[in-house]
Amino acid sequence: MKYSIYSLVRNAFSYHENWPRAWRSPEPKSEYDVVIIGGGGHGLATAYYLAKNHGITNVAVLEKGYIGGGNTGRNTTIVRSNYYLDPNAHFYEHSLKLWEGLSADLNYNVMYSPRGVLNLAHSYADLDAYSRRGNAMRLNGIDAEFLTREEVARMVPLLDCSPRARYPIIGGLLQRRGGTARHDAVAWGYARGADARGVDIIQQCEVTGLRRNGNRIEGIDTTRGYVRAKKIGLAVSGHSGHVAGMAGLRLPIETHVLQALVSEPVKPILDTVVTSGAVHFYVSQSDKGELVLGGDLDMYNSYGQRSNLPPVEHAVQSLLALFPCFSRLRMLRTWGGVMDMSMDGSPIIGKTPLDNFYIDCGWCYGGFKATPASGWCFAHTIAHDQPHALNAAYTLDRYGLGRTIDERGGGPYPWVH
Amino acid sequence: MMLLPCPYCGPRDVTEFTYGGDGDMARPSDPQAASDAQWASYVYIRDNPRGPHDELWQHSAGCRRWIRVRRDTLTHEVLLTAPAGRPVQP
Repeated sequence: MKYSIYSLVRNAFSYHENWPRAWRSPEPKSEYDVVIIGGGGHGLATAYYLAKNHGITNVAVLEKGYIGGGNTGRNTTIVRSNYYLDPNAHFYEHSLKLWEGLSADLNYNVMYSPRGVLNLAHSYADLDAYSRRGNAMRLNGIDAEFLTREEVARMVPLLDCSPRARYPIIGGLLQRRGGTARHDAVAWGYARGADARGVDIIQQCEVTGLRRNGNRIEGIDTTRGYVRAKKIGLAVSGHSGHVAGMAGLRLPIETHVLQALVSEPVKPILDTVVTSGAVHFYVSQSDKGELVLGGDLDMYNSYGQRSNLPPVEHAVQSLLALFPCFSRLRMLRTWGGVMDMSMDGSPIIGKTPLDNFYIDCGWCYGGFKATPASGWCFAHTIAHDQPHALNAAYTLDRYGLGRTIDERGGGPYPWVH
Repeated sequence: MMLLPCPYCGPRDVTEFTYGGDGDMARPSDPQAASDAQWASYVYIRDNPRGPHDELWQHSAGCRRWIRVRRDTLTHEVLLTAPAGRPVQP
């Protein structure tokens, strides 16, 4: 059913009790052309674009829990494309362009809100780095504006822009088209769109083994039976390491926990996303009114999808240093998700040494904004057995070839990216 | 909050330590003879287990010595610690 003002009115007559399910809940078939492991935003978007762009509809998405219950439901919903290096700039800009038309494309409101993403500069080194990145963005056709301290203070009057602030603010880099989107709606919208084109979305179906024969994976053992597949795509973020391990692959990935927290809801008070690279902190206000904030990784390997106190304390201290006016807000909830931290801070979308096994991982903590382009490029890679121009640089073998894409210049220490 | 038992100082708050990553990365013993693939594997490829993990930590706000820790990455339980350079043994 197409969602529209007419369907809304029609269903109002039956007290909204007869809306059809947004997607089916099928039993797994014995064989598919493509099986995507992982029913988060990336896996569902891949299935959607396989069907929509490439006409491949005999596709299953296998999800261990429920769709969007992993990192898709745990991120802080920020979308942006303010990258310096060309491969990242082109890829994330394509993603942002897809975000701009996504609600109409999916016929599902993903609540994309271009409220602007502001990076605060606290030092002359920050100013230089932001000028360089902003200029690189503009050369790549991406919007970027450099703000003076006065312009920052006018745009976000709550910020402590006084010279006596703990982290004095002396300027900022603004991407106005950046902003937020509703994370759950992205998973649900892609699931509904893929399902309508014939894709089977199979929840509560954990992969327990990959049956390898020579250089191919012939099928997948799951908690709901054995499934044969001609091609297999892996999109399981923080769990990439041990699922790829079932196929005998070792990845340049470490899994780390990242936390976020929200305050109690308040009236609209902060209408842009504010980040600080020096403090390593970001905050925005959700449509429900909660302040959503986050910062550092825990900085050690972890699969614990839960929160620890030191990073929470860091995030709250950072919030209060930048916004002293929030000192009496109470924090409502904290949570953690497990990130697939790659060795250069950039993702991997592409082929593997196995013939019919493809991977989409290494999202570090920037996977949410990439969801549309990740699905777009991964679907292309699987359908054509070769990467799209936009993900041609994101190969698995780039590390050994010395072609890393190290935006931060951090080296092979995944927890610093 | 996690306590790491430093073999020199006893149990200390994790915020006193700096993480050093996978403790099992073996530098090629003959650098001249190692292939590009061996170097790439040494620099970039890690075990990433969901369970016991041998890793290095520095007690940077304490005795400043490096230690070796076997820790469960799912439960964060510390199983064993030892001075760096020695295998962790029960």
